[in-house]
Amino acid sequence: MTAAPSLGKDLITLEELSADQIRLILDTAEPFKEVSERPIKKTPALRGKTIVNLFFEDSTRTRISFEFAEKRLSADTVSISSSGSSVSKGETLVDTARNLEAMRIDMVVIRHPNSGAARFLADRIRSNVVNAGDGKHEHPTQGLLDILTLRDHFGRIEGLKLCIVGDVLHSRVARSNIWGLRKLGAEVAVCGPKTLLPRGIEELGVTVFPRIEDAIQWADALNVLRLQLERMQSGFIPSLREYNRVFGVSRERLARAPGEIMVLHPGPMNRGVEIDSDVADGPHSLILKQVTNGVAVRMAVLYLLAGGAPDWRVPAGDER
Amino acid sequence: MPLATRLLDAAALSHALDRMAAEVVARSEGGQGLVLVGIQRRGVELAERLAGLITATQGHPPTLGKLDITLYRDDLQAIGPRPVVGETSLPPDLDGTIVVIVDDVLYTGRTIRAALDELADFGRPRRILLCVLVDRGGRELPIQADIVGTVVPTEPGDHVNVRVSELDGEDAVDLLRPGAA
Repeated sequence: MTAAPSLGKDLITLEELSADQIRLILDTAEPFKEVSERPIKKTPALRGKTIVNLFFEDSTRTRISFEFAEKRLSADTVSISSSGSSVSKGETLVDTARNLEAMRIDMVVIRHPNSGAARFLADRIRSNVVNAGDGKHEHPTQGLLDILTLRDHFGRIEGLKLCIVGDVLHSRVARSNIWGLRKLGAEVAVCGPKTLLPRGIEELGVTVFPRIEDAIQWADALNVLRLQLERMQSGFIPSLREYNRVFGVSRERLARAPGEIMVLHPGPMNRGVEIDSDVADGPHSLILKQVTNGVAVRMAVLYLLAGGAPDWRVPAGDER
Repeated sequence: MPLATRLLDAAALSHALDRMAAEVVARSEGGQGLVLVGIQRRGVELAERLAGLITATQGHPPTLGKLDITLYRDDLQAIGPRPVVGETSLPPDLDGTIVVIVDDVLYTGRTIRAALDELADFGRPRRILLCVLVDRGGRELPIQADIVGTVVPTEPGDHVNVRVSELDGEDAVDLLRPGAA
């Protein structure tokens, strides 16, 4: 049996992974897709492991996707959200995690509104930590499932042209896409109102398209980001209608693409704002395939990280 | 240098497979509802060969499946970096079928224990048979093969190297024994 290269203790960013490590996760996700098609959707790979899903920010898709991944690997799981837990009483992140560790957990999946929270936690506890989205920083498993979905459809990543459309400024999905896809040799561009593109984004090696029409001419696929509606109040865009008119991904716009063009969206969608319904539900859409692949990618990550699981039989050198 | 002894050459391996295919048919009521399940890696190729031989004599092909038992290994907690997981593909319904597990080498029996557990998650076959090319002894679990190509007594440090032309360019089975230090 060949031993796979290790992923290390945690998955915090795609920025810090090598192309080989990203490929390892994608290749490991392949056989896990089949597990979800079985009559009994369960394998004993993580039997006896305890995983805590620590969600300090609202999430439906990501949290449920992680929970399915955990359960289909036979792990025991607990999900905690910030409301209804001692977090709302003012307990710090580290105290929460240390208390959980004192109950001998093996892994933490964390979603947090602050960029860097997952790394902060990973450096302070012995359990494996998986970043399920930290502020505006990264959302590595979303990036991985996007890449897997693109690879499934196009059969390759190298040389593929993907344009991220919309609110790149506030998007951790955008950052994970850019890092992951660039490492695997894809070309990445961004398109959106100037107010929603980070200054100096070109330094990450991406092209900027001010007009969606030009992006559609160039791209093999668009990753359409959710326009966070609160951005309108903060003055980033004049109105939702205006945004849809200038940047909305519609069937008419896609029809002018020179070749095949596919559309991804990390969800939840604002239909009629950043994406029209006939695109979301039409032949260009890979959106539900992304959701299916999300479970497989997360199973792969949990499986690989469990190889570097904490050994509770060895007393820790320092309990920090 | 390890000492290599050839246990089966291409002709002997072919002969063994012919006999094994005939036994599979004899023990599976003529091959109706028969599913040959190859264990990743080389069990998959051997199952395909047996299926070809059975099709030639019976006129209808048996169903083929492949099984990767990595996620069911009993040492998964003990080993460090995760082993690579291979493809599993089985017919959607195993209820009432006769499953023949095909593997290259039967040794401790732990792989077959894992395979039995995994198959149970796919359905309830009417019967499960075990068919191996080489039985090298050394069992650690109460598991025996029903159909065997060849039996070879081995020592714990030995390695039985099964080579199939699809993957390795030739058909051969060698016994590799560590040389005297």
